[in-house]
Amino acid sequence: MGSTQALQEIMKWNGWGYSDSRFFFNKKGQAEFTGKRYKLSGLIIPALKDWFESTFGASLQHKTPPILNSSAVHPPTLNETFVEELKSTGIPFSHDAEDRVFRAHGHCLHEIFALREGKFGRVPDMVIWPNCHNDVVKVVELASKHNVCLIPYGGGTSVSSALECPPEETRSIVSLDTSQMNHILWIDEKNLTAHVEAGIVGQDLERLLNESGYCTGHEPDSMEFSSLGGWVATRASGMKKNIYGNIEDLVVHIKMVTPRGVIEKSCQGPRMSTGPDIHHFIMGSEGTLGVVTEVTMKIRPMPEYQKYGSVVFPNFEQGVACLREVARQRCAPASIRLMDNEQFKFGHALKPQVSSIFTSFLDGLKKFYITKFKGFDPNRLCVATLLFEGDRERVLQHEKQVYDIAAKFGGLAAGEDNGQRGYMLTFVIAYLRDLGMDYYVIGESFETSVPWDRVLDICQNVKERIVRECKDKGVQFPPLSTCRVTQTYDAGACVYFYFAFNYRGLSDPVHVYEQVEHAAREEILANGGSLSHHHGVGKLRKEWMRETVSSVGLGMLKSVKDFVDPNNIFGNRNLL
Amino acid sequence: MASKAVYSHRDPMLKKRDDFEDILEERRNSSDLRYALKCYTPVVYKGISPCKADALTNMVLQSSHLHYVISQVSKETGRAVDDVQDEASAILEEMAQRLQLSTIRFFAFTLSKVFKTLFRSICVNEEGIQRLQQAIQEHPVVLLPSHRSYMDFLLMSYLLYTYDLALPVIAAGMDFMGMKFVGEMLRMSGAFFIRRSFGGDKLYWAVFSEYVKTMLKNGYAPVEFFLEGTRSRTSKSLTPKLGLLNIVMDPFFKGEVFDMSLVPVSISYERILEESLYAREMLGVPKPKESTSGLFKARKVLSQNYGSIHVYFGQPVSLRSLAEGRVNRSQFSLVPRHIPKRPSEEIQNFVNDSAYMLVRAQEENMVLKPWVLLASLLLQNHHQSQAPGQKPGMALDELTERVVWLRDLSRQFTVVPEIQETLYLRGDVGPKESRSADTTPEEELLSRAVIVLSCASYRNQALHVFLRPALLALAIHAAASTKKREVFYSFSFLRNMFSNEFILVPGATVQDFEEACYLLVKTGALQITQQEVLVTERGHRTIVFLTSMLDPFLQGYQVVCRFLCEEATEELTEKQFIPSIRRFIIKHLLAGRLRYTEVLSSDLQKNALAALLRLGAVQKLKGVDQGTLKVNTVMVNSLEDTLGGKLPTQKVVVARL
Repeated sequence: MGSTQALQEIMKWNGWGYSDSRFFFNKKGQAEFTGKRYKLSGLIIPALKDWFESTFGASLQHKTPPILNSSAVHPPTLNETFVEELKSTGIPFSHDAEDRVFRAHGHCLHEIFALREGKFGRVPDMVIWPNCHNDVVKVVELASKHNVCLIPYGGGTSVSSALECPPEETRSIVSLDTSQMNHILWIDEKNLTAHVEAGIVGQDLERLLNESGYCTGHEPDSMEFSSLGGWVATRASGMKKNIYGNIEDLVVHIKMVTPRGVIEKSCQGPRMSTGPDIHHFIMGSEGTLGVVTEVTMKIRPMPEYQKYGSVVFPNFEQGVACLREVARQRCAPASIRLMDNEQFKFGHALKPQVSSIFTSFLDGLKKFYITKFKGFDPNRLCVATLLFEGDRERVLQHEKQVYDIAAKFGGLAAGEDNGQRGYMLTFVIAYLRDLGMDYYVIGESFETSVPWDRVLDICQNVKERIVRECKDKGVQFPPLSTCRVTQTYDAGACVYFYFAFNYRGLSDPVHVYEQVEHAAREEILANGGSLSHHHGVGKLRKEWMRETVSSVGLGMLKSVKDFVDPNNIFGNRNLL
Repeated sequence: MASKAVYSHRDPMLKKRDDFEDILEERRNSSDLRYALKCYTPVVYKGISPCKADALTNMVLQSSHLHYVISQVSKETGRAVDDVQDEASAILEEMAQRLQLSTIRFFAFTLSKVFKTLFRSICVNEEGIQRLQQAIQEHPVVLLPSHRSYMDFLLMSYLLYTYDLALPVIAAGMDFMGMKFVGEMLRMSGAFFIRRSFGGDKLYWAVFSEYVKTMLKNGYAPVEFFLEGTRSRTSKSLTPKLGLLNIVMDPFFKGEVFDMSLVPVSISYERILEESLYAREMLGVPKPKESTSGLFKARKVLSQNYGSIHVYFGQPVSLRSLAEGRVNRSQFSLVPRHIPKRPSEEIQNFVNDSAYMLVRAQEENMVLKPWVLLASLLLQNHHQSQAPGQKPGMALDELTERVVWLRDLSRQFTVVPEIQETLYLRGDVGPKESRSADTTPEEELLSRAVIVLSCASYRNQALHVFLRPALLALAIHAAASTKKREVFYSFSFLRNMFSNEFILVPGATVQDFEEACYLLVKTGALQITQQEVLVTERGHRTIVFLTSMLDPFLQGYQVVCRFLCEEATEELTEKQFIPSIRRFIIKHLLAGRLRYTEVLSSDLQKNALAALLRLGAVQKLKGVDQGTLKVNTVMVNSLEDTLGGKLPTQKVVVARL
């Protein structure tokens, strides 16, 4: 880390992730993944083309490459006196168009689609890079003094339109980029806590802690790019929450700068009975109240041993029943995820070219065993991926326990490789959307949480609703509509939906897409699902906040906002 | 008429409707045995989880819903859980169907023989069949046939078998169970049996509702039941019963199925098998208990001709689209779905409105046979000829002219509910006079009444077509002035008064009024200005016809009111109501103070009482004097006067009602 725009330089400005990593179809029509960063990098994925063409009815002949045009950005509206005073503080800032556009969006489909078409709405008028907590205090004071709108920016991985500048905002909008506040300030080995600046990105935090033999264990799928402050502001959840907990379980102390001043607790007691927990006003506030600058987090010694695993079930119902039982016995591994049949097939399509005849022979044998010998229907079976962590002996014991439960539900152990590939895919799947967009295919994922007894119904109904809505809205080809259960809790589960469709023949694909997503969310709510498990509300889902938290609840949140930020300095208009 | 009386599929008026295909034709030309043994491979629901009838009972008994209710009942009554569990199994045993293809094949064979003897043709709209086939694959299906005859459900299964469609499971009343052998046969052809009343029996309700829902959710088979709850004795549609509709809709509300198709089916009989039985029943001869030997005795019907049957499979209604914007399904998010809960008002209203909508859909797709129009005219003529100084009967030419006129009128009111057919003469029914010396006047009256009521049941088949315009015609007649507002008050009063008698969607007064106005203006019978409603010169005939159509009901309700004012004593109970009013009416009829023999119909009397109870003019006492009727004489009197046009319908009256 170091130079001001380090990440910006190695990342795409109109797509997901690193500039050097992307999928493309080579001259032979085979899919390849470029770069060196991932396990899949540099490999050929032979089955992807067929899957892609048969699933979406897409064709490699029909291409929609992005239009590269970053100059059509409106000139900044600057608040001169604010800029003058800011200069005197020495905090770096910029009103370069590229810097501003880079921070004007998250990764919702409509945001990326617009960028690829070279369309820019309202973008921040300038970007500021504070270096520490005190810098933030100064910036917030100045913004309040000069009535400038501040939008905190961490890793830019939002999928709730949270980073979109409100078009109706007339004040100068300043993007407050926390990326320079990326240090671990101290590690307390006696209490197993670390005090960290909130701008640190997930993978750096883990890497730096690993150097001292520790980890936080917080691994959201976006951990390569998302920041600690962003996690706190959205109530993030990590893949391994079963061992380490979600962000609300990990945080011991938070420091946030608001227009009213700094909010923090006076001690680091592990639990307090001091009225409603003020941390819970901060967590999930989505940048509407202030900027999180420093966080004390729990840390753990690095696990001695890690083991992946996978289980094949004859059908999704059995798979869900197994996960439910695992949750009931409270023996969930660090991570357990259940993919439905469509995703299983998708995962299959992403298998890289096998290097030896032997592996290919083995794969064939496995397939034969499962479908012919065990009688699993290849169009119904589904797979759970597992990740165990801890000391070796206990991992093996734990593994046996979970496989024993799985066996009761007709599950067959399907090897470490399948499991590992499943988790690897999590990181590359976002790159795939960019590939789809090159060929008229758009898609998105969204999530919810739901009580156990509703899991199967919600999966079925939402998937069907998506198919139905696509048909009604004139989508010419059947969409990909699939889901997976990604987290288990005592009283329910987190469910992820993916949907994508070929938009050839549609005049306004993004609008169609938005209508379908809207309908899908309505369906989720009608089936007892929550508005969001960990993506947050942003502006994308705020129309449902009142029914979600009741009018009184909304009033409570509003009154907090009114007290903390009466002039709406943190004016991203998320949530409320 | 002769030139028009040719049966034709090509009639341009029929174009909005599907064509009918006679399925008996093939039966007359090919082997019934081969048909009964044909390869039967219906398409099934795509989400089906195939299971046997036994597995089904297990699923029901192991459901969390039933577990919950069993433990609740056990706690409340202090009985052992096992004991209650056994009771639940017994209930299920008594209820469950045991659909078997072999039984269906047996029925396919025998019914082919029977149908060919009884009926000239059985016509089915094949496009409806195709729509149904599509629907069955997509979502769980609920079949909702109209109910006029015991024949209905056998006929339905027969048709579905004929068209290679999934055989339904059918909710049947317990009365069939009395017929030992037949009951079991019906059970094996898909019937499941429900007790007629189980008001407070939580356990029964739980077993029953879980059983129906399980079959529906798993796509085991289409579920069939009769919205009207029982056979209509009058050929008018009955006010829908909501219990089963509530049950079948529940899985959708709770997100257990994505959607469900509700398919209204209209079965129009040219002549109903139970025709004269119904008339006798309504005149006080109680209906014979269903028994197997009775069935055999009834075989003499085989020697008669019952004309043709038209079965119209309506457009499947998607429950999801129906509920869109009306039901907030997230209301079920806060209580576990297996815990039974009283439906919210929102749901109740929705179910009620849907039920009416579906019964209206049944009505609209009924086929009107020419005989129906003829009966309407003959009946009116019969009544008019009762008046002193009139010659009975009508010249055939005149009758023909009138029928053609009426046919044209009905076509303007509705989308072709009628079939062109050669009218053939019938010798067995009709207001014919027969006198023999050794009958008392009362016996003679009753035997005449049987004929009139049978005839009325034909007229009733056309009532839904004319109902709204007829209510308007009556309202114009009764209103104090031609002011539109007055006419509307009068319309709304009558509509409210008769809403137990006819299918009138609750809360749709304004729509009905507008529809009636539109139709009568379209036919040129009315001129409607901003302020006034005027009958045109040539509209007179229409208005007179329409008024006369409802006149028997108007008179009937007045008589009921008069009876309650004059004769109701302190002790009149609900049970005694029908016999005493019957005596009262017979007296009046014999004395010549009443024109309509039709008023003797217990159906009309019950509906009138139900209306008065609903309006609060009569109250049913609770407690010691349970079932005693308490009459508010002042109110009943004023209702009678308003019905008779002696009192103007005032805003106040309407508002209060």
